[in-house]
Order: sequence, then C-alpha cells, then structure tokens
Amino acid sequence: MTTPTTHDHWIDPYEKAWMVISVVVLIGIMIAVTVAGFAFGIQAPSPYQRVDPNTVTQSGPFSKPGLTDLGGGQYEVYMIGTASGWIWEPKEIRVPVGSRVTFYLTSKDVQHGFMLWNTNLNMMVLPGQVSKGSVTFEKPGEYPYVCHEYCGIGHQTMSGKVIVE
Amino acid sequence: MPAREKFAFERKITSVHIGFAMFALFLGTLYGPLQALEHAGVNLYFLAPWTQTYYQGLTLHGVLNALIFTTFFICGFLTYVTVNSLDRHTRFPILDIVGVVLMIIGLVMAAIPILLNMATVLYTFYPPLMAHPTFYIGATLFVVGSWVVGYSLFFTLYAWYQEHPNQRAPLPAFMAVITMAMWQIATLGLAIEELALLIPWSLGLISGIDPQLARTLFWYTGHPLVYFWLLPAYLSWYVMVPKLAGGKLFSDPMARLSFVLFLVLSTPVGFHHQITDPGISVGWKLFHGALTLGVAFPSLLTAYNLWASLHIAGRMNGGKGALTWILSLPWGKPELTAQLLAAIIFIFGGIGGVINASYNVNLVVHNTAWVSGHFHLTVGSAVALTFVGIVYWLLPHLTGRALFSRHIALAQAWTWFFGMIIFSRGMHLMGLLGAPRRTELGASIKSAAMTNPDWNVLLLMVGLGGTILFISYILIYVNVIGTIFFGRKLAPNEIPTIPFADAVTHAEQGPMLLSQWKPWLAGAAFLIVVSYGPVLIEMVRTIELTSPGFKPW
Ligand code: HEM
Ligand SMILES: [Cu+2]
Ligand SMILES: [Cu+2]
Repeated sequence: MTTPTTHDHWIDPYEKAWMVISVVVLIGIMIAVTVAGFAFGIQAPSPYQRVDPNTVTQSGPFSKPGLTDLGGGQYEVYMIGTASGWIWEPKEIRVPVGSRVTFYLTSKDVQHGFMLWNTNLNMMVLPGQVSKGSVTFEKPGEYPYVCHEYCGIGHQTMSGKVIVE
Repeated sequence: MPAREKFAFERKITSVHIGFAMFALFLGTLYGPLQALEHAGVNLYFLAPWTQTYYQGLTLHGVLNALIFTTFFICGFLTYVTVNSLDRHTRFPILDIVGVVLMIIGLVMAAIPILLNMATVLYTFYPPLMAHPTFYIGATLFVVGSWVVGYSLFFTLYAWYQEHPNQRAPLPAFMAVITMAMWQIATLGLAIEELALLIPWSLGLISGIDPQLARTLFWYTGHPLVYFWLLPAYLSWYVMVPKLAGGKLFSDPMARLSFVLFLVLSTPVGFHHQITDPGISVGWKLFHGALTLGVAFPSLLTAYNLWASLHIAGRMNGGKGALTWILSLPWGKPELTAQLLAAIIFIFGGIGGVINASYNVNLVVHNTAWVSGHFHLTVGSAVALTFVGIVYWLLPHLTGRALFSRHIALAQAWTWFFGMIIFSRGMHLMGLLGAPRRTELGASIKSAAMTNPDWNVLLLMVGLGGTILFISYILIYVNVIGTIFFGRKLAPNEIPTIPFADAVTHAEQGPMLLSQWKPWLAGAAFLIVVSYGPVLIEMVRTIELTSPGFKPW
C-alpha cells in the first residue's frame, strides 16, 4: 500500500484487491461448511416433535426414560432434563462398543443443554420440544454428558455418563 | 462560540449517560475476576457480600456489562458525536431528557429484583425461568428509553438535511444515526418478546409461554446487539483514532460502505446462536450461517481502512519501513493506545467469530467456555477497552479536568490487553475440552460432577488472567474517580476537543448511494422478511403456551 496523495480512484486499488480476496475467502468458507455439513451428515437437530411439558412424563416414551435395545447394534434413549434436583434421567447408560445410539431429549421444566463429551452431540433441550441426535460409539470408555445451559442454582451438578464396554 | 460551550445542554445529557455507564461497569465488572477465580478454585465472593449466589453475580455481570454499560455509553457518546459533527443542537431536546429518564427508571426497576435475588435469570432471561415482573418491565422501559434517544438523533439529522439540501451528512453523524437505526430494527424482536410473552406471562395474564418462540425473538435482537456495541467502537476507530494518532482517515466512502452494509446485514443472522435448537430446521440455520459470513465483510473493510489510516499517521509522524511505522505511532497516549490494543484483540475475536458461525464447528463450541473466551475478546475488550480509551479524552472534555494520571491509564490499557489474552486463551481451550459456560465450575469440580484433569493448567491461566484484569479494572476507577474529584482544572484552551479526523478520500469522491438511506433500509427490511418471515409465521401459527414459570434459584 502507498500513501495516496491524489484522488484518481475513490477505491484504492489495493483496497479493491483486499475486497476481492475477502469475498472469495468468505464464499469459500461458506461452501466448505455447507458441503462438510452434508457430506458428514449434519449433526444439528431439526424439528422432530412437540410435546406438552406438563404431561410429557405421564404417558408415552418419556414416562419411562432410559435405554431401549432396538437390535442390530441400534439403541435409543429417551432422556429428561429437570431442574428439580438438577439431574438427567437416566443418569447412566451402558452400551457395547460399536453401538449406534439415538438420543431423544426433552425438559419437563426450564431450558437445559446437552453436551456429550468426546462426540459432536451438542443440543439445546427445551420444554415443549424433543431434540433428536445420534452417535456411534467406536471406542470403549466413559462419555460424560453435562448440562450447558443455566437451569438454576444446581446447574453445575447436572451431569451423567454413557459407559461403553 | 466554541463547541464545548455551544453544546452545554448535550454535554450534560451525555455526562449523565456516561456516568451511569461507568457506574454499571464498576459494579458489573467486579464479578468478572470473582468468576474467573471461582473457576480456578479460589472463592472471593466475600468481596461482594450482598451477592447470594454465583448465578446472581453472573446475572449482574452480564446485565450490567453487556446491556446497561454499553447502552448508556453508546447513547451518550452517539448523541454527543452527532450534534458536534452536524454542528447543530438536537432538534427536540425534550427527547434527550425523556430518553435518559426512561433509561434510568428502567435500570432501577430491573436492578432491584436482581439485587434481591428475584431475577436470577442471567442476561438472556430465557423462559421458563421466571423473574419478577418489574425486571421485564424495567428492561423494556430501558430499551424504549434508548429508542427515544435514537428518535432524537433521527429528528436532528432530518432537520440538518432540510437545512443542507442535497448534501451528504458528515461521516460521524452518519455512522451514529446508522447505529441507532440498526438498533431500532434490531430491538423489534426483543420488544415483541417482552410485550407479547414475558410481561403478560410474569403478571399471570397468560398461563404459559412458548420457550422456542421466545428464544427466537430474543436472538433476533441478540445478534445485532453485538453490532450495536461494535459500531460505536468502529466509529471511534474510523473518525477519531486517526486523529489521535496524528493522521487522517484513509477513505470516507469506504467507511460509509461498511456502515450501510452493517445496517443491511446485522439482523438476518440470529439463528447462528440457535444452531443447536430443536425447533428450527437445518436449512434455515445454514442460511443464517451463510449470511453471517456476509456480515464479516464490512468488518474486513474496517480492518483495511483502519490499517491504512494508521499507516498514514505513522508516515506523517516520520515513520518508515514496511512495518516499523507502527512504532512511530504515539503509543504514549492512553486514549489512543487503549483503542489500538482493543483493535488488535479484535483481530482474534473476529477470527473466532467466523469459526463460531461455521456451522459444524459450532457444534463443538456451543455454550462452552470457548464462547465466553470469545466474547471477552469482542465486547469485553474490543468494545469495552475502546470505550475506556474514549473516556480518557471524553472525561476531561466533559468535566474540564485533566485526566488524573496518564501513566496509570497506560498501565490500565496494557494490563487489560495481557490479562485478557491469558484469560481468554484459557477459556477458549477449556471450552474445547468440554467445560460448559454459565456454570459455577469450581463447585462442579469440587463435587466431581464435571472434571477433566487436562483443565488444571488452563484454570491457572483463567485465574491468572482474571487477577491481572482485576488490577486493570481497579486502575480504570482510580482514574475515573481521581479525575472527577482531584483532576487539575484545565484552562479553556487545554480542554481536549473532539478528535474528528479529516479524510484523505472525501465522501464527495464516492457515489451518492453510499450516503443515502432508503436503498439500505429497504435492503435490511427485505433480508429480514426473507430470513425470518417464514420461520416466525410458522412458529406463531403453531404456538403452544404450555410452559409455566420456574424459579430454581
Ligand atoms: C475484569 C474483566 C473480566 C473478567 C475476569 C470476566 C470474567 C468472566 C467469566 C469467568 C465469565 C463466565 C462465567 C460463566 O460462564 O460461568 C464471564 C461471563 C460474561 N462476561 Fe465477563 N469478565 C470480565 C469483564 C467483562 C466485560 C468488560 C464484559 C462486557 C462489557 C463482560 C461480559 C460478560 C458476559 C456478557 C458474560 C456472559 C454472562 C452469561 O453467560 O450469562 N465481562 N465473565
Ligand atoms: Cu443446566
Ligand atoms: Cu451472533
């Protein structure tokens, strides 16, 4: 860049180059992110189901939160977050290595957040909504899940774990 | 008549705004180091004995810093910039008074329940956490007050246009009014959330609320909120920093281009805060994610223009070489140095922002300590440290007293810079290792509810950075209080004037389009309708007012 002394252009040529580079880089990131999203299977939740938080624990799958073996290495978990006691129900899940587990999450009171460590599963858990997401556990070990949205004064204790054996 | 006497009325209004801003920052920022040290295992909450819980303190930290400090500061600063840049009084002074009075009433109404631990809902107040109704009513009045401040500026600029037909508004006023116009558009979501959902619900007029809809309305305002913080800092970087550095603004038309683009692009991007929300489909999230990368473009323009302006200043000060001119900038001036360090920090903040908005990456960092690390670089430094830098010339200007100590001010800027780099790096890495945000983490670790041995060294960084920042914070107030009570009385010719810089490339050399309003306002409206219309219509059509309120604190 030179210090301009004349005003031949209202856009400095170097600045024009900078603008072009900026646009190209930003569009590049846009494309990369979109392609990666589709190629690797987008992990973010999409609308799945609405429920009534006042009655969700009385009938239907959320009345018996826990793990179900669907056969063929497929599992599903219905899980509830609650600020009465600040717990995830269930608090612990055991599956064999290689299992593909689909999580269905809801809250019966305030907003919570579900993050499963060492995976890409990260979802808000809202009363009235069901958040759905799947993970395949390739390696044995413990996978803690923690609440990452403030849900009252016991929020920092709200955690559980998947044990893969 | 010198500007300072001419605008005696506006100076008083601005002084009230800045006074409340600095008081809010004083109480709000106190909690920052307490939180950082809590994470590191050191509990210092006895320093704030009126605080009942970590989360009550965190609510004060977020509300006072991110909402009250910023908005008061911005309203006061933009009012003063506008009248001085137009060399014209506000058109309806009554609006300035009504605006600031509404904001004060709103602040008091919202602050009382927080201080009584009746609104420990953090600064996002997501329902169904239910605060006392005066919290919501106060927050609403506060925002309405800031609208009225904006109206005052709109009428003032309009009057100026009528007195100067076919002229371009001077750049500082143009930027100030764009910021306020963007704020009007952006706060519609919050206003609807408050008036249609939160207030009637907290008063018991409706029995339930729809949390997903409330979140969506909140983030309609929540993202442009960050540009409401940032644009006044950019304004200072464009039109004041070059002058403080002894140079000129590189390009006025390009500065206008970046601001009109912000007007268009700030709002239709809110879903990037909701990528992990269950009630919004993946396609819409991707769309907002793409637009978010678009709004990075005017920031890149700003980076170029600022760099080029500083380059001019460095040369005018006798600097040579490809980079060594940087050393020729007057680094001894705290009002400049604070802002330059803020801008340097923003380079990292901006890169982090692009990362966060990148769809898949967001899944790794969403709601982790990474995000806290990120926005302490942006609002907590790029904005807050710039505003503190502005205070270093504005406070002497407003009070007619010399800054208490320029050395302390310089030490403040550098300690903030280094403290923040250490603190923020610790927080970013903690987040990548799974530490959630908005969490009394020291307590989680002690109770073994959440632990990770790899956190230990990072927690030391968080604690060390927080401690350095605490020192920096004290230094700010040594100067503010010192200046007001003990600062040397300045002779009229010593009082700093507003540092407006001349431009090398003038507005008149660029196209008229860059100084117009209608096309850009129309563009903003169009993008909002396209990006939010279908989703909001669907959410309202299927609204379920099922969630009662909870107070689990
Ligand atoms: C002395 C400097 C500061 C330190 C050490 C500090 C520290 C912290 C920490 C550790 C947190 C995370 C708490 C948690 O997630 O549990 C936090 C949150 C936050 N800070 Fe700061 N902070 C400082 C200054 C500021 C400033 C100047 C601003 C803005 C102007 C700011 C805005 C925020 C906001 C908006 C939050 C998020 C609150 C929430 O999640 O509800 N901080 N701060
Ligand atoms: Cu929680
Ligand atoms: Cu955002």
